[in-house]
Amino acid sequence: MPDIIFQDGSIRQNQWVVVFRPESGEPLDIPEQRQVLIPADLWVANRERYAGNENVGVWLDSHDEPETLANHVNELPLIAVNFPKFSDGRGYSIARLLRERFGYKNELRAIGDVLLDQLQFMKRCGFDTYELRPDKDIRKAVKSLNFFSQGYQAATDTDLPLFRRRAS
Amino acid sequence: MYVYDEHDRKMAAERVAQFRDQTQRALAGELEEDEFLPLRLQNGLYIQRLAPMLRICVPYGMLRSVQLRRLARITRDYDKNYAHFTTRQNVQLNWPAVENVPDILAELAEVEMHANQTSGNCIRNTTTDQFAGVQADEIADPRPYCEIIRQWSTFHPEFAYLPRKFKVAVNASEKTDRAAIQVHDIGLQIVRNDAGELGFRVHVGGGLGRTPMVAPVIREFLPELDLLTYLEAVLRVYNRYGRRDNKFKARIKILVKALTPEGFAEKVESEWAHIKDSPTRLTPEAIERIRSYFTEPDYAELDNATQLLAQQRFENRAFDKWLQHNIDTHKKPGYAIVSLTMKETGTPPGDVTDQQFEQIADLADEYSFGEARVTHHQNVVLADVRQDRLLELWQQLGPMGFGTANLHTLTDIICCPGGDFCALANAKSIPVAEAIQRRFDDLDFLYDLGNIDLNISGCMNACGHHHVGNIGVLGVDKKGQEFYQVSLGGASQHDASIGKILGPSFAQDDMPDVIAKIIDVYVDTRTEEESFLDTYRRVGITPFKERVYA
Repeated sequence: MPDIIFQDGSIRQNQWVVVFRPESGEPLDIPEQRQVLIPADLWVANRERYAGNENVGVWLDSHDEPETLANHVNELPLIAVNFPKFSDGRGYSIARLLRERFGYKNELRAIGDVLLDQLQFMKRCGFDTYELRPDKDIRKAVKSLNFFSQGYQAATDTDLPLFRRRAS
Repeated sequence: MYVYDEHDRKMAAERVAQFRDQTQRALAGELEEDEFLPLRLQNGLYIQRLAPMLRICVPYGMLRSVQLRRLARITRDYDKNYAHFTTRQNVQLNWPAVENVPDILAELAEVEMHANQTSGNCIRNTTTDQFAGVQADEIADPRPYCEIIRQWSTFHPEFAYLPRKFKVAVNASEKTDRAAIQVHDIGLQIVRNDAGELGFRVHVGGGLGRTPMVAPVIREFLPELDLLTYLEAVLRVYNRYGRRDNKFKARIKILVKALTPEGFAEKVESEWAHIKDSPTRLTPEAIERIRSYFTEPDYAELDNATQLLAQQRFENRAFDKWLQHNIDTHKKPGYAIVSLTMKETGTPPGDVTDQQFEQIADLADEYSFGEARVTHHQNVVLADVRQDRLLELWQQLGPMGFGTANLHTLTDIICCPGGDFCALANAKSIPVAEAIQRRFDDLDFLYDLGNIDLNISGCMNACGHHHVGNIGVLGVDKKGQEFYQVSLGGASQHDASIGKILGPSFAQDDMPDVIAKIIDVYVDTRTEEESFLDTYRRVGITPFKERVYA
């Protein structure tokens, strides 16, 4: 499995397996003895079974509504958001909503078409781990995470937009 | 004018370094073309038909003389000694080399300029009235709000990959709308409520392109401190729900229409309710800080130079005509707003040479506190000229090519670069503009016709705003041949409307005749006080159709 980048640029081995949505009517095929990410709606539908299980997280696709997880986010050890194409920007809004509106505290991971040049935007929107597309050079991630020393706006990473920092 | 502080300077430098790194990786093959595409677009760089094109941002149209001189130098060092003013108050270079673009951006950053977000599916340059701050009837200077929006939208981490491009415009007068806000994704009209508080009437979902639409109002009054949180709510709703499956249905206007303006407004309000008191809410101090950069220049205490001007006009008829057409009333007695027209026949509308950049810089330093403005009509404004120096200024303009007294007339054409330069274009637009300018070369006749907006686009993307021209011309491709479709009755001001198509399209050579016939119908049917648009609105399209296709 490809390695995972952390916010500080460190690289660790990935422990989580993404379980794709089964064909309709088929059962969810969860591998034994592994930490897994299942489609978020299936977790919601079977919440009593999974809640609090440290080995079961969820993934949201870019068209999924994070509102479906609203009050239960912190029952999850990990939420991943899929970028089906890097140019699909919905994942940034999903991340901010999970963090800022629903108060999600645990690991938030970007998966899918994750490239280097979007990492800092992802970081600012609250993602703290990134599964870089395997053909990209993971050693360049630190630089990409830190192109800018600050931003103009408030986002998940800071409560203070520049106009408030200037005032202080 | 806004001046960078250490934060702005640092981010500008980091941006240049970032793009240098990205360009190197692209040239080294580490970035696929489709991966580099949005990165270069958001730095202003298109790959065009004949060469790359770099669109340089001129925030809300304001330029200092040092910036004009730098643009001159850049066109000499990196391009072919000329550039082009766009309808969104920006500047385009036509022939830069891709590998030089990081150096060009570094040169721009030295004079507090950039090309950030001038293209791509992100929030673009915020535009406004070129007479901001100097017109008598504005409710408040729109430029501080434009700058506040510029900073908020620059490198916004959530909104860099929107479904489609996103344009905001701000207007400050209830009587005029030179920024055409109702054909923008968001149009902000500055207003005061009954309690005298400043705020905005918010229009969302206007636009041109394939599906032209005039933006409906989604909020009658937004208090000024709520500007950014409300914009954030609109953008978030758009980012989440705007269509991404079809590029031609991806603009916010399609979403607004699908949800209905009321339904869209409801979604925005419910999103906004969550964030309206977040730290993104503006503070009076933050607005005051930006406003302090847009204070009045050091005006002299003068009276209007009425007598002197009357005498000069009497002695010089051409000067008289120029005053009538290219001068607007300034809020300060003894001053005037001067429009330099970039519409000399034989020169593509909006084109400017390196020498002309420097001449404008010199004129700005000598006559207008070192500042100049680019207009939506692709002209340049010197906003603060002493009335008693107008004659002296005018005498220099002719040789420079800025003196054509055709402002707002039929030959003050808005025109995109078209098929001569642009990869998207279906047809050429510049030669059509030139042929029309040549046909209507009698200034007295043009004055008699009054204000007519003639707008030409080389394709459906409508960079020449043909939908809102009183006369609109659209280049179309028919089996590899270039043809031109004509529409009538468009308008971009407070009475904004989308033009109606006259009928089957015409060959390029026929265009001057077609325009001449349209003008003939107007001349024959108008009443004394009627503008072209008034007459069209009274008599409808039929008489024009009958004459043109007779």
